Amino acid sequence: MAEVLWLTLRLAGATTLILLLVATPLAWWLARTRAWWSEVVAALVALPIVLPPTVLGFYLLIALGPHSVLMAPFQAIGIRTLAFTFTGLVIGSVIYSLPFAVQPLRNAFQAIGERPLEAAATLRATPLDAFLSVAVPLARPGFVVAAVLTFAHTIGEFGVVLMIGGGIPGQTEVLSIEIYKLVEGLEWGRAHLLAGGLLAFAFAVVLSLLLLDRRTGRPRP
Amino acid sequence: MIEARFRGRLGGFTLDVALEVPASGVTVVFGPSGSGKTTLLRCLAGLARIDGRLSVGGEVWQDGRAFVAPHRRGVGYVFQDAALFEHLSVRGNLMYGRRRAGLGADAEFDRLVARLGLDGLLDRGPGKLSGGERQRVAIGRALLSNPRLLLMDEPLAGLDAARRAEVAPYLEVLRREKGVPIFYVTHDVTEAARLGDRMLLMRAGRIAETVDLAAAPDPGERTWLAARLEQVGADELAAEFVLSGASPTVARLAVEALSGGSTPGRN
Repeated sequence: MAEVLWLTLRLAGATTLILLLVATPLAWWLARTRAWWSEVVAALVALPIVLPPTVLGFYLLIALGPHSVLMAPFQAIGIRTLAFTFTGLVIGSVIYSLPFAVQPLRNAFQAIGERPLEAAATLRATPLDAFLSVAVPLARPGFVVAAVLTFAHTIGEFGVVLMIGGGIPGQTEVLSIEIYKLVEGLEWGRAHLLAGGLLAFAFAVVLSLLLLDRRTGRPRP
Repeated sequence: MIEARFRGRLGGFTLDVALEVPASGVTVVFGPSGSGKTTLLRCLAGLARIDGRLSVGGEVWQDGRAFVAPHRRGVGYVFQDAALFEHLSVRGNLMYGRRRAGLGADAEFDRLVARLGLDGLLDRGPGKLSGGERQRVAIGRALLSNPRLLLMDEPLAGLDAARRAEVAPYLEVLRREKGVPIFYVTHDVTEAARLGDRMLLMRAGRIAETVDLAAAPDPGERTWLAARLEQVGADELAAEFVLSGASPTVARLAVEALSGGSTPGRN
């Protein structure tokens, strides 16, 4: 059980970290571009919200499988397939949770508006400097929401991880799949324990998000 | 000298100006709302781009395709809404541009902070400041970045009469800070007369007239203007502009500006 829990936390942690790095520039661009086709990109990013996880998992399985063109360059260095591996699981989770990271960040960046960045520019800050010293701190609530949502959403996912991971014990078997297997095996006691734990976790996440929303960031020197 | 020529459209607005003013003293940009005052200022700062040419003190900031990015110009810009960084303390705001200009919290910092009356506010967050205090911080922040040109966009417009009276003396401080040329946008004839060495009168995206306030026959004329303003009010003064040699455009613009809701200078 500890192994399953550790694997789940590792997956959620890695997914959150990678997603924040990927989603930040993407959300920044979406928040500031005037190109009409940015909405095409935004729609693609939001797709995992409406797509059945099995559909996403199915395509990921094909894309990361041994016969995929996407895998060809990796096969040269000895990696035949990423399906049913932890790495594959992380890739799947990143794509599945992408909208939950991008949307709060995009909203946060849009809420800042042009003015603070213009002020920073007239005070000799380069665009990158202004982004790091003004936009990121001002968007801090958005970062917290994005991180919490991504982490929680990854813990809670089932369909995608089952399709792409296959639920191999010790490698790709996460909490939600373990619960499914326990119920199938009629081990109700342990299923109760894990399900109850996840319930409490989910409630704590939502509550902390709501509390966070009430509090505004304090200025620092 | 500051030489600028801008001619072009920006979001449905047409700006067509040519100006040449000394790189010292206060140039008041005066005119009714929508006459292009802010657009002109943004073009000088490089925050907006309209075709043309701009050079400041012999350094070319814009010419044809050449365009110096705003963060390389070293302009101080005081926005109408102060635009303080809400995540930084007053000290953090004041030091933001100063640090990037390669300067520290030195004696000059202390002196200017004292002159703007910000000593007691340094550790506060912008959220805990009054409107007048916010503008003073914005002015200090711009000045402390050691700008080569200071641009002020109606810094008093968002304030009520009491707050204006509170900030106005600090603008006089600013006037006496030597060296930095200032462009000061306003549609209030009171401020224009009180602060300006010269006045650009704008109307519909053009400079209708340039009035030299400093080179009046009587060197005491500025003080006279200020005193006169308090005595007779803005309407009367606008009329006297005409009598004292300025064209009727001055008076017309002044009256337009005043009927646009700005407060006459009787405080």
